[in-house]
Amino acid sequence: MTSPLQQKIKISGPSVITANRTWDGIVIWRTAAKGWSAELSDAAIVRTADEARALLAESVADDVGAIGAYIAPVELKDSGKIKPGNLREHIRSAGVTIDLPVPA
Amino acid sequence: MYAYDELDRTLINERVLEFRDQVKRRLSGELTEDEFKMLRLQNGVYLQLHAYMFRVAIPYGTLSSEQLRRMAHVARKYDRGYGHFTTRQNIQFNWIKLAELPDALADLADVGIHAMQTSGNNTRNVTSDQWAGVAPGEIEDPRIWSELLRQYTTLHPEFSFLPRKFKFAITASDHDRAAIKVHDIGLRLYKNAAGETGFEVLVGGGLGRTPFIGKTIKPFVHGHDLLSYVEAILRVYNQYGRRDNIYKARIKILVHELGIEKFAKEVEEEWLQMRDSALAIDDSVIEDIRSRFSYPAYEKLPHMPDELKKAAHDPHFEAWRKNSTFPHKVPGYAIAVLSLKPVGGPPGDATADQMDAIADLADKYSFGEIRVGHEQNLALPHVARRDLPALWKALDKIGVATPNVNLVSDIIACPGLDYCSLANARSIPIAQELTRRFANHDTANLIGRLHINISGCINACGHHHVGHIGILGVEKNGEEFYQITIGGRADEKAEVGTLIGPAVPYGDVADVIEDIVEAYLALRARPDELFIDAVKRLGVEPFRERVYATR
Ligand code: HEM
Ligand code: SF4
Repeated sequence: MTSPLQQKIKISGPSVITANRTWDGIVIWRTAAKGWSAELSDAAIVRTADEARALLAESVADDVGAIGAYIAPVELKDSGKIKPGNLREHIRSAGVTIDLPVPA
Repeated sequence: MYAYDELDRTLINERVLEFRDQVKRRLSGELTEDEFKMLRLQNGVYLQLHAYMFRVAIPYGTLSSEQLRRMAHVARKYDRGYGHFTTRQNIQFNWIKLAELPDALADLADVGIHAMQTSGNNTRNVTSDQWAGVAPGEIEDPRIWSELLRQYTTLHPEFSFLPRKFKFAITASDHDRAAIKVHDIGLRLYKNAAGETGFEVLVGGGLGRTPFIGKTIKPFVHGHDLLSYVEAILRVYNQYGRRDNIYKARIKILVHELGIEKFAKEVEEEWLQMRDSALAIDDSVIEDIRSRFSYPAYEKLPHMPDELKKAAHDPHFEAWRKNSTFPHKVPGYAIAVLSLKPVGGPPGDATADQMDAIADLADKYSFGEIRVGHEQNLALPHVARRDLPALWKALDKIGVATPNVNLVSDIIACPGLDYCSLANARSIPIAQELTRRFANHDTANLIGRLHINISGCINACGHHHVGHIGILGVEKNGEEFYQITIGGRADEKAEVGTLIGPAVPYGDVADVIEDIVEAYLALRARPDELFIDAVKRLGVEPFRERVYATR
């Protein structure tokens, strides 16, 4: 498999880096403080391909903390809120769109 | 039930220790994800959207009540209280933490369950007819041969790094419940004119991006020669299979590109060199496996006991009995199918509480045995007919007595975009909406047998190609769209369905399916002409017209 860093990076709008946490698999986002958060609202926003590449490189380097890091689109609301940029990312951040068989 | 021997138990327990060590090294950073990925896949651990997913094998679909209880325990302790039964006689847990996986694996190993070769490019769980050993008219229990193949392929060094995954399915009945024609190797056990038991061997079936129906490579292979013949096929595949291109790596592509005659010739040459080798199976080996399967001590019971006569006055019971119970080879007994397709529910999911309750009912009414079928339902294989009314009451209480087996709401669906990282579109909410649309059992019965299969992407885990109606999720400009096929089937007359037209948006799918069903009801020649037969007779045109005329 090609490493994410060797792939051509194209972004069409504000983006974040997301991954899954290694020890339990939950969805996480890369923060500006070079860490990870389970809240999308903490994510560092990148706007250019160069910024995205740099943040991705830093994320991928944390192989113990996170797996499968990639660039994901987001929407920035006027309120400053970060919203997932597509349905897949919406489901990753908000959870399944169905009722789970056993309510949490 | 099959009783594992010491070798199996040692193997499974060693695997747990190995995996525990691998996970420890991964979490400490000693192993990178690149190094670890293949190790976790060899143990059924995938990464989905929200978490790791853990796939556990249920060889040939047979479970003891003790094993099912242990699955309930895993669901409760390490997951979110439920599991998902798949189309290949596996169960998947969707929310497992990597750090806890070795413990979950160890708990399962205690009862002889493992996750070996439930993913990766190796020979996967060998599946079989879920009614094996109890179906009337069966030649012999196909699980004996499934078990032989399981032993032979597990950790087989030559088949652990194949060009791509490899799936076997076996049936020993005229009616194929194991979908052998859409497997890499399909085996049909039968008796030839000379009265010998052997296999029709099919090769090159499969779904996914490029669906193919398996072709007969050899009409009769004697039981003694099964392993050598299968090994010859795998060797030819191992040598020529396309490792350079993942989309062309399955054996189906090789068979297609070489042509079945040429492929068969290669296999024959390979086989003749080794058919008399150590792989020729001795009767004693088969006898040994046979002796490890135990069968219940059936009683002599009446076909029409008083309990059943009395319960026949209850229309709800009768609806269930007619729909969900099937003839057993022993008089006085029945096979009871447990629908995991409640109206509005996700297909194939069972909660830990349901699993525990089903395990208890299996102990009480089915000699402690449960079966798992590729349609994502369960079955109790040995129920005395006199116990059916009491069993039904108990099943109804836990929500697994919906009388919709083989009907329009008995939908096969993959996890789709709600869980799966490869998905284009959601599958489960589509299935849920369809079960609501067709919730009326009278309507469903009027429609008759109709299989709807849904996949969230072209990998076809939900068998959409071979659904009488197939629904495939695709993505168009960031929106969920669905392609609809009709006329597919997965049984002995397996066929790949035909696309009826352009993909339709998420919100239209249920309407489109209703249109197709209404067209069928208007067009069928007789009330007992099944949907699939009407499509065969009429072609897709009238259905296409009905769906797209107003869209
Ligand atoms: C994490 C979730 C899953 C992933 C990543 C996954 C991945 C895949 C892929 C990549 C293929 C295509 C393989 C090929 O053609 O070479 C495939 C096929 C298939 N999968 Fe899955 N799958 C998942 C879940 C499931 C589930 C839940 C089921 C059962 C409901 C299932 C059953 C199957 C079947 C029956 C096929 C097609 C048969 C064939 O191999 O030709 N999978 N899967
Ligand atoms: S068909 Fe696609 S979406 Fe569905 S489980 Fe398989 S890989 Fe995932």
